[in-house]
This record gives sequence, C-alpha cells and structure tokens, in this order.
Amino acid sequence: MSTPAIAVEDVTVHYGEVLALDKASLILDPSRICGLVGMNGSGKSTLFKVIMGMVKPDSGRVLINGEPPVKMRKDAGIGYVPQSEDVDWAFPLSVRDVVMMGRYGHLGFTRRPRKADRDAVEHALERVELSEYADRQIGQLSGGQKKRAFVARGIAQGATMMLLDEPFAGVDKRSEATITRLLRELADNGATILISTHDLHALPQLCDEAVLLMRKVLMHGSPDTVLQPENLAMAFGLDVMNRG
Amino acid sequence: MEFLLEPLSYDFMVRALATTAIAAVVCAVLSCWLVLIGWSLMGDAVSHAVLPGVVLAYIVGAPFALGALVFALIAVTLIGVVRNTSRVKEDAAIGIVFTSLFALGLVLISVTPSQTDLNHIIFGNLLGVSIPDLIQVVVLGVVAFAILILKRRDLTLYAFDPTHAHAIGLSPKRLGALLLGLLALTSVVALQTVGVVLVVAMLIIPGATAYLLTDRFSRMLVIAPVISVVCSVAGIYLSYYLDTASGAMVVLTQGVVFGAVYLFSPRQGLIGTRLAKARRKRAVVTATAR
Repeated sequence: MSTPAIAVEDVTVHYGEVLALDKASLILDPSRICGLVGMNGSGKSTLFKVIMGMVKPDSGRVLINGEPPVKMRKDAGIGYVPQSEDVDWAFPLSVRDVVMMGRYGHLGFTRRPRKADRDAVEHALERVELSEYADRQIGQLSGGQKKRAFVARGIAQGATMMLLDEPFAGVDKRSEATITRLLRELADNGATILISTHDLHALPQLCDEAVLLMRKVLMHGSPDTVLQPENLAMAFGLDVMNRG
Repeated sequence: MEFLLEPLSYDFMVRALATTAIAAVVCAVLSCWLVLIGWSLMGDAVSHAVLPGVVLAYIVGAPFALGALVFALIAVTLIGVVRNTSRVKEDAAIGIVFTSLFALGLVLISVTPSQTDLNHIIFGNLLGVSIPDLIQVVVLGVVAFAILILKRRDLTLYAFDPTHAHAIGLSPKRLGALLLGLLALTSVVALQTVGVVLVVAMLIIPGATAYLLTDRFSRMLVIAPVISVVCSVAGIYLSYYLDTASGAMVVLTQGVVFGAVYLFSPRQGLIGTRLAKARRKRAVVTATAR
C-alpha cells in the first residue's frame, strides 16, 4: 500500500471551550480531488489549519506523505487558495506580484526572484489564462479571475498539495470550468487536492471523492454516495431540527 | 538661494536637518506596512509606550534604544495578554496599556533630576540635537532601514497573506515580531525629531499618502520616503522663518500634503476622481458630437 498524501488521525481541536474537531480522521491518497462538505462551524477551516500545521491538535496527529506537516511546509509543497473574505483586495499588489509570492519558499534570504522564478510565474499565469491581466491590481479582477490568480500562485509554487477554501463562491461559470480543468490536470500530475465547498451541484464533476464533516468525519466516499439526501441531512443537522 | 542657504550656516540647523531626514526616511518606509496591516493604532501605542524605557535607560546610562525596545516588547505583550484573556477588545486593550505606560514614563521623568527637559522628550528637541544624538540616530536609522529593505518581500507577504507565508514554511509570528521590533527602533529614531507625541504622525501619514497615489507596493516604498523627506525639510525651513515649534511644523506639513493628495490624487482623490470622470464625460460628448 502506498503512503497516503494526507493522514489525519483522531485529531481533536478546542478553541478555548469550543470543540472544533472531535477525533476527526481522514485518509487521502495522492492524485485525488476531495471535496470537503459541511456547514459553517463544522470544522472545515480548522481541518485546513491542522493540515497546514497552523493549529496544533490537542490530541491525534497529522501526517503528510508519512511525515509531520512541517517537512512539507519547508519544501513549500502546500498551496493555499484563501476564501475571498480573507483577502484584502485593496492591497497594492499586481496579479504578477501575488503569483510571485508562490516562489518565495524556493528563494533566498531577500526573496529576490531569478529568471527561472519569473518564467515559472509567466507560465502559471498562462495556464490560468491571466497573462493579459498580469499587471492589474488584484482588486480589479472579477471574482473568478481572483480565484485563478491564487490557483496560479499554487502552480508557480509547484505545490504537490492544494487546499482551496470555497473556490467557487462568487465565481462565473467560465472561471469555474477553467479552475475545475486546472485542478484535474494538477491531480493527474500527482497533486493531492482538498476543496471545501458549499456548491454541492459541482461536486460530482469536480471531485473523485467527498467528505462530510461535522466536527468529525461522518462519511467519506464517492460524491454520489455522500450527496444522498439522508447523508446530507446528517451533516447539516436536519435530524436535530426534526427532533426539536 | 540665500533663503535656503542661510539656515545651513548654523551647525545646529544642519544637525536638525540631517536627523529629520533620516527619521523621515525610516519612518516613511515602515509606515507603508503599518497602514496596510492596519497597525496604525499599534504604532501610536508602541511609540508612546517606549517613554518609560527611554527614561530608565537615561537613569542607568544605557542606550535609549535598548530601553525603548524592552518597553515596546512589554507593551505589545501586555496588549496581547489583556486582549486574549479578558473580554476587553483590542482597541481598548491598546488604549489602556499605552496610556498607562506613557503615564509611568511621565512619573519617572518627574522624579528624575536631570538636565533633559520633559518637553524635549515629549515634543522633540530638534534644534538641540548633539553630535552623539546624531550618531545614534544614524546608526539606528541605518540598521532599521537596512532590515526593512532586505526583508521587504517577506514583510509584504506577511502583511498580505500570513496564511500563505505559514504554508510555505515562513513564520508569520516571527515576521510580526520583527516588524514590531523595528517599530520600537524607529520610534526611538523619530523621538529625537518630533517627540513621543507626534512620532505616530511620521509612522502613518507618509504611508497613507503614498497609498493614495499608487497601487504598487514597490512604488509606495519610494513615494512615501520622498514625500516624508520633502515635507520634513520644508517643515524645518518654515519653522526657522516663522519661528514656530520645529517638530510640530514637520508634522503639520505632512498633514497638509496628505490633505492635498486626499483631495487631488488622480486615482483615489475626492476631487481628482471627479475631475477625471468629468473629463471622460466631456470626451464622450465630443466624440459623439463629431
């Protein structure tokens, strides 16, 4: 059996008194696209943070390619596409500047880019079809273009693992198709991709597998199985409402 | 020409101009990050909270910068503790901590017999800058400036997306600490020029002004210090000829320039954008008329 790309083992996280993850376990193989489904407060963001090593679990552990997350971070292997609300779109940076930030993990003390890095950035911009917008300030892009800019950052980085937080919120159909195609190409080249999403309709075309999260992993299987109404009811707490 | 050269015949004016120019550059560069991260209030807090450190350093004969650095650290730690372990929100925590430390500094000054006038620390003593003062400003200024410029890409990444910084193996915590340390160092540099109370102006206004003029961070890093130096030198000349308080005049000049940019900046200015809109409208009308 090959080493899983991500192994989350019985991870529990508290923020003060609040229980964010309760013995969550998840095994993800390389080259797979996995959709993470759950309502607000179900622990999706916390799971991302645990995988990136930003939050230390109270108990349990996370292994990336069989090693602690810190190894993967040092190799600059983890690409992250933030939620739109978490980005300051008025920040005075061009699209190219943002994509170049993907290269920083590979650069020296002052992060001065070399020719190879500039080439990687131009190549990444081409792949997400943003070359002509490279000099725009990031806030002057459409919703979908903004997301593609951050995907380009992960591509320029050479990330072998991509974590995307709500990549389809406020995104037009064309961008959604471009992003879906890109993620598929990346996965085919060996990258592991984890996407948190509210967009349940897009799940079957996009993902190889899906995970239902409600502080713990309720279910992990094919998107079609996970999206069965009775399973969704479990994750979105409808049974609780019926009981109430 | 006579107008510009006359003040330079006094040594104290030359020293005042040199000190101000250095402080203006370092503060302006740092201000670019402060305004983007939203740390203006933090800049205010740290620049006030260093006061007891400076006084204690004076009493024991240690370098001012050391005392300032220690108290900047104490201030930041206390703010974090109050915010994280009580229901008090961050702005209130900042307000409580920095005013208390500032008051402690004032008390320490009042019980310390010294030739250093309270007013000189509070409002700056630009015209009384001694050679050793100037050397200290040069050394600290150069160190702070060099670190800021060498680490500018990391600091910008930290300001823009700390999560990504973490994901690619950098430490956002360490970068934040670095920026706060530089803030403390810079406060000491600027203290000499405009005094504790007005330092915050030099730490915010240039960056905010540059932000209204460009949407490239790399250009902000040039525009902010240029504006800051020009305003500061102009402020000193004005104070010389108008016989007004020099530190206050420097800040006032920066404030006036910010006001002008706020109104007339072609990209962001209140009036500038309206004029541009009117021009576009006229252009459309002329084009259709043809």
